Amino acid sequence: MSSKHSSLRAPLAKVRGLGSAKNGTHHWWMQRVTAVALIPLTLWLVYHVIALTFASAEGVQEWLKSPAQAILLALFLLVSCHHGKLGLQVIIEDYVHSHGRKYLVLLASSFGFAVLSAMSVLAIIKIHFA
Amino acid sequence: MTESKSSAAPLPANVSHPRPLSPHLSIYRWHITMALSIFHRATGVALIAGIVFFVGWIWSVAYCPEAVVHFQDFGASWLGKLFLIGWTFAFMLHFMNGIRHLFWDAVIGLEVAPAKRSGQIVAGGAIILTAFLWYLLLNK
Repeated sequence: MSSKHSSLRAPLAKVRGLGSAKNGTHHWWMQRVTAVALIPLTLWLVYHVIALTFASAEGVQEWLKSPAQAILLALFLLVSCHHGKLGLQVIIEDYVHSHGRKYLVLLASSFGFAVLSAMSVLAIIKIHFA
Repeated sequence: MTESKSSAAPLPANVSHPRPLSPHLSIYRWHITMALSIFHRATGVALIAGIVFFVGWIWSVAYCPEAVVHFQDFGASWLGKLFLIGWTFAFMLHFMNGIRHLFWDAVIGLEVAPAKRSGQIVAGGAIILTAFLWYLLLNK
């Protein structure tokens, strides 16, 4: 190897992982991945979900007896929570300027979405096996 | 700094430097593109509130079935319908405008005219789809 050339690394390898948050485009990319996942999930579920708001407890329990419906509802809620967490994070970073308060709100948002995800999975499992 | 102070006209007490201000939001005429941009955020936040409501409801179905009646009553009330129709509209707008954003990511329709046209389609489509869905729901 000639010493004239300081590096054989490609330009892409040099910038990879060196974004402001040290993870490049991961946040941006995951926002898109969850968005694409939500297209079929919401198309199929939006009607059911709104219609079910009027349903009795028995009606919902009957609906979630189907494994396909239970899995799709769990996926819908988990992916929605992930997508919502990423979106709200950007809004918080844009509008909350005080450093300390920003991280407090970001933590609260992350924990809140984690709780929502866990609650929806547990509730769907409980109804499905009831 | 010192020379600008001596040559310029006296400044108001609260202004230390005669810096030009860039025009802010209130100065611009509202375009559909900028309206949809901020509405995308607003509807996103509204939909997070919708998820919280929905998880609360499914949780009560699982662990507190006698409380589900309250959700049914809410859905039957005018205020409840207003919320549910609002969430449906927020969803339709965020959904369609999100697909518009995905097209932009693929460098399709980024020019002014197509962006304006797709914006009009998204806004009109959200209203029509919300009306259509609620027509189906209320005539079920």
